[in-house]
Amino acid sequence: MYEYDAFDDAFVRARVAQFRNQVERRLSGALTEEEFRPLRLMNGLYLQLHAYMLRVAIPYGTLTGRQMRQLAHIADQWDRGYGHFTTRQNIQFNWPKLKDVPDMLEALADVGMHAIQTSGNCVRNVTADHFAGAAADEIEDPRPWAELLRQWSTDHPEFQFLPRKFKIAITGSPRDRAVTRAHDIGLRMLNEDGAAGFEVSIGGGLGRTPMVGKVLRPFLPVADLLPYVEAILSTYNLLGRRDNKYKARIKIAVHEHGIEEIRRLVEARFSELRPLFGGGDQVRLAEIRTHFAPPVFESRSDDGFEAARRSDPVFRAWTDTNLSPHRQPGHAIVTVSLKAHGAVPGDVTSAQMRLLAGLAERYSHDDLRISHEQNVILPHVHKADLPALHAALLGAGLGTANVGLISDIIACPGMDYCALATARSIPVAQAIAQRFDALKLEHEIGPLKLKISGCINACGHHHVGHIGILGLDRAGVENYQITLGGDGTERTVLGERAGPGFSAEELLPALERLIAAYLEHREGPEETFLMAFRRLGAAPFKAALYPREARNAA
Amino acid sequence: MSKQVFSVVTANDLLGGHVVYLSPLGTWVPEVRDAELIPDIARARLRLEEVTDDASVVGVYLAEMLPGPDGPRPMHFREVFRAQGPSAHARVPEVRHV
Ligand code: SF4
Repeated sequence: MYEYDAFDDAFVRARVAQFRNQVERRLSGALTEEEFRPLRLMNGLYLQLHAYMLRVAIPYGTLTGRQMRQLAHIADQWDRGYGHFTTRQNIQFNWPKLKDVPDMLEALADVGMHAIQTSGNCVRNVTADHFAGAAADEIEDPRPWAELLRQWSTDHPEFQFLPRKFKIAITGSPRDRAVTRAHDIGLRMLNEDGAAGFEVSIGGGLGRTPMVGKVLRPFLPVADLLPYVEAILSTYNLLGRRDNKYKARIKIAVHEHGIEEIRRLVEARFSELRPLFGGGDQVRLAEIRTHFAPPVFESRSDDGFEAARRSDPVFRAWTDTNLSPHRQPGHAIVTVSLKAHGAVPGDVTSAQMRLLAGLAERYSHDDLRISHEQNVILPHVHKADLPALHAALLGAGLGTANVGLISDIIACPGMDYCALATARSIPVAQAIAQRFDALKLEHEIGPLKLKISGCINACGHHHVGHIGILGLDRAGVENYQITLGGDGTERTVLGERAGPGFSAEELLPALERLIAAYLEHREGPEETFLMAFRRLGAAPFKAALYPREARNAA
Repeated sequence: MSKQVFSVVTANDLLGGHVVYLSPLGTWVPEVRDAELIPDIARARLRLEEVTDDASVVGVYLAEMLPGPDGPRPMHFREVFRAQGPSAHARVPEVRHV
């Protein structure tokens, strides 16, 4: 794991001291809210519906046990004993008091963490494949690159006042688990004739104008990454619109100028910048890489694993859904579900955080990941340890066997917390998970990604859900619009709107009809919801959602 | 005849961030039932004007409410949630600082 060097540490602590001073001046009345607001946002502090909210970056989703314990400590000391993992590998504390925030930031600095650039028109937390360094299908661990990007973009003088916020996601595998095409820059590693490179896409993003990223460079040699990304940022910085907040993202620049023109500008800028880098970035990268050396894996028998699978159906069900293939024989990647039926997606209590920290230290080489799907990953677990790990998780309400199923819902905070929300998402997620659990249907339904956003900003990624739900305010009543057929993998498809929205009461029965239609029409259990949707088109699903309209048309 | 609009002055507390309402005594209170329900919009705007520079709160605005058996009753669901707190973690009433 990357550890702050003296420079990083001094920088972060100086920022904390600066912010402490700013908070004091705000409390004394020396700063007005208008003056203070941009300063607090630069340090990840928002004012939400019911309280302040501190958003802390978890760079490339990676945490050590010590860091996770510190998050638990922060939750207990200055918040209400829990935190919320977001879809961008951040953790949010929902109840801090203004006067305590500098202390919280100090506590974060103690474990090499911060809340810088989790807001504002700058390069935000660089997100990565949560299976990085562990996945069997990976070419190379992308996190050294992500860390290089983090260091380069942190406080970069040229890029602190971009036209709008800027999000980068990176994956070291051709299999895209980081939704790269929904980012301002998406980086997907590919292998060409034995050499690694990145497919660079730009202009992806969900929100009010959802767009799939377009490929700018199909194959960029890995060593050119930093100058190339800088060329994109500097082109965007000049081209991006500052006259209209809703047209300021790079996706609009791509849309207005066309990808060819942007490519011409970026490549021209790249040829100027590349010689200036002079290899310093590669030296830094080599240094960073030493922090990401793969753990020393044990080779021992995993007989106990198969035996436990045979004798314990609960364990077997969990291994069927919550494990992914590891590059190292005898090992597995464990996804710990934070989606117990009826729980708030992404919420984790301080006690659970401490347990996870201990389990990571004991069973996963002190490595934890936070996925954009709001779950926690233990990336390097020996299969022989899985029964003990599973038992420990079960005891803490973390053993739910539902990863990738209908109740493994992504949901943004919605109107329970978020000041921008137009409707609630959390209670909707809770109700759906509980309903399909009660029906005992979710394992039969199989892989299905259901994603909920509480407004058009789409933090819940509803456009790329196989089923997406968007909460809106229709004449003072919560109303939920369904999209179908979205896909957040390397294929990246935006879902299509099914039709008029549903009231909160109508939504659950509508979803049940939709799922019943899928089960009726599928060719067999191996045909997932998304596959069936692709084969059949939207018609049978729309007919299930809107039976009255379907009858009238018949 | 157009429907009468009642208003309440509301904001977030500077220190705690929690929701507060302006009471008839001109103090900020955490419970909506203790808020001053102002029956005429011109007066409500005046009240808003008076507290716009109050340094102990952030983001003052007028919320539409109706008279209810227990004091002002929010009309829009957003105001209902602001008054109640998040569904998953019920609101712990904040102690007003002095
Ligand atoms: S999608 Fe909207 S409601 Fe949900 S977190 Fe984002 S801004 Fe808030």
